[in-house]
Amino acid sequence: MTQPNQLTPEQIIQSFQDAFPANITDTRIEKRTNGVMKTEANFLWMTLDKSIFKEAVKHLFTFDAFPHFAVSSGYDLGDTIELIYHFSLYHGERARELSLNMKVALPKANPSIETITDLIPGALISEQEKQEMLGVKILGIPKDTRVFIADDIPSGVYPWRRDETGPAKLIRNLHEGDP
Amino acid sequence: MSTTGKTTYEIPIGPIHPALKEPVMFEFEIDGERIVDVNIRLGHVHRGIEWAGTRRNPIQILYLAERICGICSYCHPMSFALAVEHTASIQVPERADYLRVIHAELERICSHTLWAGVAAHEIGFDTVLYVTWQVREKGMDLIEYLTGNRITKGITMIGGVRRDITEEMIPKIKETLQYFKANVEKLRHIILDDKTFKLRCQNCGVLTKNDALRLCSVGPTARASGIRKDVRLDQPYFAYGDLDFDYITPDVLTGEVHGDVYDRIIVRLLEISQSIDLIEQCLDRMPQGAIVAEPKIAKLLENLKKVTGEGIGRMEAPRGEVFHYVKLTGNDAPYFWKVRAPTYNNILPWIPMLLGQQIADIPIVASSTDPCMSCTNRVTIIQDTSRHQLDKEQLHQLSIEKTRRLQT
Repeated sequence: MTQPNQLTPEQIIQSFQDAFPANITDTRIEKRTNGVMKTEANFLWMTLDKSIFKEAVKHLFTFDAFPHFAVSSGYDLGDTIELIYHFSLYHGERARELSLNMKVALPKANPSIETITDLIPGALISEQEKQEMLGVKILGIPKDTRVFIADDIPSGVYPWRRDETGPAKLIRNLHEGDP
Repeated sequence: MSTTGKTTYEIPIGPIHPALKEPVMFEFEIDGERIVDVNIRLGHVHRGIEWAGTRRNPIQILYLAERICGICSYCHPMSFALAVEHTASIQVPERADYLRVIHAELERICSHTLWAGVAAHEIGFDTVLYVTWQVREKGMDLIEYLTGNRITKGITMIGGVRRDITEEMIPKIKETLQYFKANVEKLRHIILDDKTFKLRCQNCGVLTKNDALRLCSVGPTARASGIRKDVRLDQPYFAYGDLDFDYITPDVLTGEVHGDVYDRIIVRLLEISQSIDLIEQCLDRMPQGAIVAEPKIAKLLENLKKVTGEGIGRMEAPRGEVFHYVKLTGNDAPYFWKVRAPTYNNILPWIPMLLGQQIADIPIVASSTDPCMSCTNRVTIIQDTSRHQLDKEQLHQLSIEKTRRLQT
């Protein structure tokens, strides 16, 4: 869809910094080129403080009426769990789309974050996945059930964790034979 | 015995899939013949591939990613390669960008023709299934000729591709493209002009533009609802930025957008023609040069081992945007790898599509997004067989009966 007043990657970063002066860090813009004509693709990255996460997602709607949410990634860094929400803005015109990746760190002691399904209903499966794979509590999630992992996997085991709550006890190496 | 005022009843369908040959679990709430609610459960073929990836080096992951899905066996390793190239700032040679487009579009032709056959089968037109799969077979032959394999093609390499397309291969490619062109026109007539196809597919399984946007749908499912959304154009990768093509929405053919099953068929059939054209453009314009940035794999691995950073790989698979994220931390294996297949985003749109439809429409509506569960699911197994189930055969029979009713 044609978007009026499309901002440049630099303007988008600036807009976030103006809106949340103290809570946005590690911003970077990466440009990649492809083909003979060296068509440019832009990737924006930023780290947000958890306190403004929801507001920052709302801020996306000032650029694009329907920001596209691809998925969220997440990994265990020991003391924290880092989530990355992958969005893209401005689809519908050739070579104008921007990838925007928002990173937010959650303390392992209380890994919780607000749902964004009220803003982007399509984020539901991704949020359910983060709950079951990483043990992140999504506050206000409309459907608090498992989506991918089986019912017979005990609660409190999170396959993407790298600590004692990880999947180590459930792993059976076939080449080692049955226990 | 307790009494209830409830007028609806529940039908669980699956985990053996009603429409495709892959497992997914639908829990339908039915009022008479009409669907009033649906709950979807996934995960039956989740194999923990992302987890396994964090125990392998990036070259080994290419071959693991190829096995995420049999139909998208090119776009998964390629998206992973794009993510690694992004992370390690590897610039792909121009010729490789063109070769990558050719393989991607061949995969799209094979996937869309396969899908057209499945969709026809779901409403009882098995002759169309045989015709479309005959066309697809030619595509598989060409893939085998170009890569050495039909399914797991082994063509992807980080920084390029593994095999070149040489001059003597071009006549065979052009001959196959001519065969496709002749048959796509025939398929369009057989499918789109058929009265019964229209009766079954028009105004069936409607996804509005607003729902498609809110639910983040991707690929032909989104485009059939009138959204100009295609990663090849939105954020060009490979050589797509050099090529001449445009978004395909159903109004290109009919002047209107309904967002129904019929529109999804239109979009995919038009995209087959578009893919043929893109391959021809690539053959005409492909520059000479290297096909991979670093041909020595040991050296490439050694370089990747020193990389710290993160990157994403996005591409337009036949079913829509495929998304891979990779985090490298200077070790053999990535610290984290996220795979997001297009069906992942096209699951939630099933709900508005199915609500209000009849039971007999479930197979064609479900298959209209061209779902791919193996792509979407990646750990173990759910056992949920205690309730009465309407199995695939019964459901398929219901669908055929509805077609026959409409024909009389």
